[in-house]
Amino acid sequence: MSLQKEELEYLSKKIGRQPNDTERHIVAAEWSEHCSYKSSKIHLKMLPNKGARVIHEKGYDSGVLDVGDGYVVTVHIESHNHPSAVEPYGGAATGVGGVIRDILSAGTRPIALLDGLRFGDISKDSHAKWLFKNAVTGIADYGNCLGIPTVGGEVEFDKCYSNYALVDVASVGFGKKERLIKNHANAGDVVVLMGGSTGRDGIGGAQFASDSLETEDRSAVQIPDPFIEKLIIEATLEARNQGLIKAIKDLGGGGLSCAISETADAMGVGIELDVTRVHTRESNMNPAEIMTSESQERMLVITDKKRLPKLQQICKKFRVSCSVIGKVTGNKVMKVTNNKTILASMPAEIVANAPLLNRPAKEPSYLKRLKNKKQPAPPKDLSKTILTLLSSPNIASKIWVYGQYDHEVGIRTVVKPGSDAAVLRLDNGKYLAVKIDGNPKHCYLDPKNGAMGCFEEACRNVVCTGATPIGMVDHLQFGNPENPEIFWTFLESLKGITEFCKHFEIPCVGGKVSLYNETPQGPIKPTPLIGVLGLIDKTLLKPQKIESGDALIIVGTTKNELGGSEYYEHIHDFIGGNAPKINLAESKKNMDSVLQVIRSGQVKAAHDCSKGGLAIAISELSITNNIGCAISLEKIPQEKLDYTKLLFSESHSRYLLVVDKSKLNSVLSILKKKNVASSHIGTFQGNEILFSDNKKPVAKLRVDKAHEKWFNSLRDLVLHA
Amino acid sequence: MKVGVVVFPGSNCDRDMYHVLQDVFKLDVKYFWHEDKLPKNLDAVVLPGGFSYGDRLRAGVIAAHSPVISDIKKMADKGLPVLGVCNGFQILVESELLPGVLLKNTSLNFMCQWTELIVKNNKTPFTSKFKLGQKIPIPIANGEGRYYIDKENLAKLKKNNQIVFQYGNNINDSVFDIAGICNKEGNVVGMMPHPERAVEPEINPKDCAPSNMIFQSLIATIGARK
Repeated sequence: MSLQKEELEYLSKKIGRQPNDTERHIVAAEWSEHCSYKSSKIHLKMLPNKGARVIHEKGYDSGVLDVGDGYVVTVHIESHNHPSAVEPYGGAATGVGGVIRDILSAGTRPIALLDGLRFGDISKDSHAKWLFKNAVTGIADYGNCLGIPTVGGEVEFDKCYSNYALVDVASVGFGKKERLIKNHANAGDVVVLMGGSTGRDGIGGAQFASDSLETEDRSAVQIPDPFIEKLIIEATLEARNQGLIKAIKDLGGGGLSCAISETADAMGVGIELDVTRVHTRESNMNPAEIMTSESQERMLVITDKKRLPKLQQICKKFRVSCSVIGKVTGNKVMKVTNNKTILASMPAEIVANAPLLNRPAKEPSYLKRLKNKKQPAPPKDLSKTILTLLSSPNIASKIWVYGQYDHEVGIRTVVKPGSDAAVLRLDNGKYLAVKIDGNPKHCYLDPKNGAMGCFEEACRNVVCTGATPIGMVDHLQFGNPENPEIFWTFLESLKGITEFCKHFEIPCVGGKVSLYNETPQGPIKPTPLIGVLGLIDKTLLKPQKIESGDALIIVGTTKNELGGSEYYEHIHDFIGGNAPKINLAESKKNMDSVLQVIRSGQVKAAHDCSKGGLAIAISELSITNNIGCAISLEKIPQEKLDYTKLLFSESHSRYLLVVDKSKLNSVLSILKKKNVASSHIGTFQGNEILFSDNKKPVAKLRVDKAHEKWFNSLRDLVLHA
Repeated sequence: MKVGVVVFPGSNCDRDMYHVLQDVFKLDVKYFWHEDKLPKNLDAVVLPGGFSYGDRLRAGVIAAHSPVISDIKKMADKGLPVLGVCNGFQILVESELLPGVLLKNTSLNFMCQWTELIVKNNKTPFTSKFKLGQKIPIPIANGEGRYYIDKENLAKLKKNNQIVFQYGNNINDSVFDIAGICNKEGNVVGMMPHPERAVEPEINPKDCAPSNMIFQSLIATIGARK
């Protein structure tokens, strides 16, 4: 948990002397991988971050997108993996808290949360189950208390996360463009620390998160207090409304060290801070502890002397502690004092900018081996296989999870959890669709296409509500970057995401890199996660009830791509084969055509085809509408495939559309004109899901039985198994 | 018609309730911070949902000692309509404006789902437009929503017609399926489900007409009083 030898030499050279102890602690926190992005920063520049809707301001921790009529949405994504792996309740809860404060820092009100949760195999691993249950409770207790609805997310279980946890949280904010905080500061301004007291929790958290997880360092995990967070949100927004905030930053990883150096650097000013003025939880904390504590629910605010009393008054109203801890200076130096004694004095620019690394990368040797592995023999009873897949915890309904989250508060949630993407109504009459997606099984076999696939899947989900993707955030989670094979998977994923961004002209408005996600058993599978925001101007597709006689249309081609499928991994415990690839031209054509059809107002429901393949996507439509479906497999656009591939391949760029039979010809003719692979493949009817090939039955399930497996499996696994 | 929405530290459905009263029902609405005095000309007051004081000790128990409670009691004594929703209901119970107590759900989890209410008393200011037995699709969202009262006092509730809403199917083991009650006089009503989340068709997946009648009843009552 200290500076590397080369870093110490670099620092000494830059400041022209040996740094003292406090300075070393401050810089070590800020130069940790977690805060400095030293392994990834030079590569992240490839991501396109500009666009007509994108608003850039210095010092923002969240992306800002203009949604018209004077309004903006903000978005950010973060993870809290290491803390959640040792203390899942507090780790997950404080993960929620951190990302919310990033949204607040832009001057917008957080209006939604999404979370991506990943654990070991809960059907066999009781520790994974403990982590899962407590992480869900942590998120519920925190988000519910704040009154920010948790509207979506995903849950996945995979052996690669044994003894570990990935807890990703994305938050969306909304506000008036004119009320965005435009960070600026002048010499003589006052620096205020607002919120919870600074304690010994979370000390060294940033460094803890910048190494593989070998010890369970619980003291590095922060303690959640959602009540204080709620008061801070209201106090900050009230101060914003009264124009009292010149600049603001959330205290997260690296604590005060990070917040002060980064704020000073971004504003091009100096900040002088007296540690004795910081309100602490314990009386005998030493300066290094105060500077690196990651106690939660704290905001750094810069205001001027004239407006300070009003800010203090607001804090008093909400009973939020607030200390004037320092002042802004003109010399670009970050100076820390203990009363009159100078403890640290270094140029902020040096503290805030770690020396960057260009790490070596090498294609992993496992890739070829897995591709050529002998593939498992197809199952005899496909009906049974579909039922088994429906009860896989990765596919089964997540109602046990989202039923614990208040997803209605704020009264914006138009399309609720359990659908493809959540949809929120905005004050300007438009709608915002949001979704996050990851797929480590695909990414392990093909990091580039896997990452593009996650991106496309998130887009497909928002498109299924009628939304146009307007921006994305990425969260890149990998093992130890010092291993060239792991770093190669990081770079490949990043290249894939970049290509997709460029082809679709979707700007990357924010993101996060989380490295060193490994335990003594090894690294996690590459887990890039993509969050996509989609905007609906007029035609929102709110799924309608499917009725007998409705037609099922598929858009997109099913390919020989079983690699990394839920079918291979859940049914055969087999890792290998061809993972699905993205053809950008085909991807865009299919997406545009589906949007056009949805906007023509002729679609009753749209569903993307992803985990578990076509068999699962169709079953889900049937189950959630309590109606059977007769499907003619021979009509599916495909590369001559056997039944297993046809049913379970997770090829991208595929959509299912449900239309009233009177609209069938009109919809098919639009799709034909667009020249996309598409076909009328089935009819909803009766109480059986029946897959047949030229009238010969291939697989058959009763809807009620399928519903029971799909609906109850995850809950039963958590509560009873 | 002037309606107050009381905001406690940690209230989080105050803005939703305000929006519904002002934008959907066009009432003259004002927020009151828990340390404010309530003006004499207020026609009704609503205690919204949320997590006042972070649900510390027990949901609603700290807010029950807020300065504003004495003014709410005065309004209740005057027979003016008082509505507590979710945490607001918990506060009304903890401040003894309503009998009984709200316990942790038997699942021990927070529960957010849609359910159905049955109107059992249509004499209150919030139910006067309903027929007895009428059903209301509505969501709940709570961790401590299980209503409990002992046998003796339950008998009194029944006798005094204080049970306002029952759950159509008992989702959380509340005594006698109770979802909402009123005081003896009927002007103070507390309910766990969230009517403000059910009145707009855009966000109500079922039927928003019945939940609208809760607010229409209020408007009819305070309109008639004038």
